[in-house]
Amino acid sequence: MTAVPTPGGTPAAPTPGSPIVTRPVRPRWRETLGLLARDPTAAIAAVVLLAIIVVAIFDTAFASQGPNEQDIANRLQSPSWSHPFGTDDLGRDILARVILGASVSLKVGFLSVGLALVVGTLVGLLAGFYGRWVDDVLMRIMDMLFAFPAVLLAIAILAIRGPGTSNTVIAIAVVYVPIFARVTRASVLGVREEVYVRASRSVGASDLRLLTRHVLPNAAPPIIVQTSISLAFAVLAEAALSFLGLGTQPPNPSWGLMLAEGNEFINRAWWLAFFPGIAIVVTVLCFNLLGDGLRDVLDPRQRTLMAGGGR
Amino acid sequence: MSDILVSARGLEVHFPVRSRGPARRGGGVLRAVDGVDLDIYRGETLGLVGESGCGKSTLGNALLRLVPPTAGTVTFDGTDLTTLGRKAMRDMRRRAGMVFQDPFASLDPRRTVAQTVSEPLEVHGLRSGRRERAARVGELLELVGLDPVVAGRYPHEFSGGQRQRVGIARALAGEPDFLVCDEAIASLDVSVQAQVLNLLRRLQRQLGLTLLFVSHDLSAIRHISDRIAVMYLGRIVEIGPASAVGSSPQMPYTQALLSAVPVPHPALERSRQRIVLRGDVPSPSAVPSGCRFRTRCPAAFEPCPDVVPALQPVGEAPGHLAACHLHGVVGTPVTEVPEGVTAHPPG
Repeated sequence: MTAVPTPGGTPAAPTPGSPIVTRPVRPRWRETLGLLARDPTAAIAAVVLLAIIVVAIFDTAFASQGPNEQDIANRLQSPSWSHPFGTDDLGRDILARVILGASVSLKVGFLSVGLALVVGTLVGLLAGFYGRWVDDVLMRIMDMLFAFPAVLLAIAILAIRGPGTSNTVIAIAVVYVPIFARVTRASVLGVREEVYVRASRSVGASDLRLLTRHVLPNAAPPIIVQTSISLAFAVLAEAALSFLGLGTQPPNPSWGLMLAEGNEFINRAWWLAFFPGIAIVVTVLCFNLLGDGLRDVLDPRQRTLMAGGGR
Repeated sequence: MSDILVSARGLEVHFPVRSRGPARRGGGVLRAVDGVDLDIYRGETLGLVGESGCGKSTLGNALLRLVPPTAGTVTFDGTDLTTLGRKAMRDMRRRAGMVFQDPFASLDPRRTVAQTVSEPLEVHGLRSGRRERAARVGELLELVGLDPVVAGRYPHEFSGGQRQRVGIARALAGEPDFLVCDEAIASLDVSVQAQVLNLLRRLQRQLGLTLLFVSHDLSAIRHISDRIAVMYLGRIVEIGPASAVGSSPQMPYTQALLSAVPVPHPALERSRQRIVLRGDVPSPSAVPSGCRFRTRCPAAFEPCPDVVPALQPVGEAPGHLAACHLHGVVGTPVTEVPEGVTAHPPG
């Protein structure tokens, strides 16, 4: 917009005595980014996450030694210039493995949350919008999934389907579907009663159009926040499952698996478990802080609602 | 003025008043619209007036099937809307528009003015291509007195009156025959109310619209309407030419309603006789038997609780009808006590 901003200026329709009323409106994505940049905690979290993602994508460029390359002569070396994070019991470079572990952890995190986001949002959208028996049937199924403790459910799914990365993605996704379904449904329940939805129906818009053009965009803020927070928990869940030997299989590194492997050497070589642990903490913390920031920016009213929603 | 565009017969909209919990199923029924017969003639402006909660907005919504009717039929230009399929009903919506009360709530905050106004065009495939749609949006904005350059702006950048103009432009985009204005000026500043009212009147004449103007504001109704219908607790109690209903109301409720309108003249205002009604409007989930107005009517007499008054010709003007036993006891006797009403003691 290059036009001179004359507030509410509509030369053709002078409306004397009508003040320019500006109501707080949920900001659009550009304003959202601007507001987020003004929140230092969230901004730093976003930058750190971006750095982790870049490192994960170009993993080989950042590692001096192949992550599965063994050097028995240099086993259990403490951190030094040649091995900044030290080496493990097989002489493998911990830094290289933490970097490769980042790509595994983030891949599992993004894929599982992405899957849960798509399925859960669809379920919540239909349940919230149509109500009645659709709501009853879908949400009771979600309640059934929700009734199991999260990690237990994931372990059960992995026990049935067998361990491995793709099954880990599915297991974590199943755990998160009901959360997205609930968050979306709650948000949709409010939006579907808005007058603009009825107005759109009054001009003949189809249900599909109402859902995609009006309901989903206006119901999105809490879903976006939930996505960020779920990513943190998904990384943690992947670590936990790998720690238990159900997720990523050796020799491929994953933070959780490295934690499990480092466990037996914790008294002699702290760096085996310490660095992957730090990686988990930093990543999870950043996703959480970003989620908090997004929540404040997108919808401060969600603050209390979301506080008990983590899992 | 004999051609009927919209017609309702025995229209009822009841809402279940749910008392939730496993033990108490059922519960009461809220009779928002309870047996309305109404004809709206092509090209006229019909003002629908009544107190808050009398069901006038619900009636306006039910005529467009935005609220599903419980019973009765709505006919639009010869087509029965109540039995129309989903697709056919959506096509029909091009021909009937709605302007909503709150211009802050009726526009999607995430969509630009152009997106909002062009929605009917997209839905009904009225203009092919972006360029033609943009041109049509410009025309529509000019029609409602807005500068077409505002098309790219978002609703929060506008005042209430401007937003309501956007809402009107959206309602007009499909070139409808019929427009329902549901309290369209109620939430605007007084100075802006007059502007929007005059805009609606101009558009009605310019486009040959049939207008149902729903409002609790009698002065606005008298200003804009050809005919006035008065509603009380879900029923139409008086209907007729605006001049007749406005100057010689025949039903005590209408008389009381009119007497409450202030006169913008100090001397006349001082001498104005007010009819103050006793008590509150009964709950629409516990409607009095017979004439619904009898509990507050200063002139209630013997037949009022026992006979439901029917609309009958009153006064001198043709087409002036009122449902009141003062003009002769006409109607259906109460045979059973309606649900939710305590029976009056026998004898």
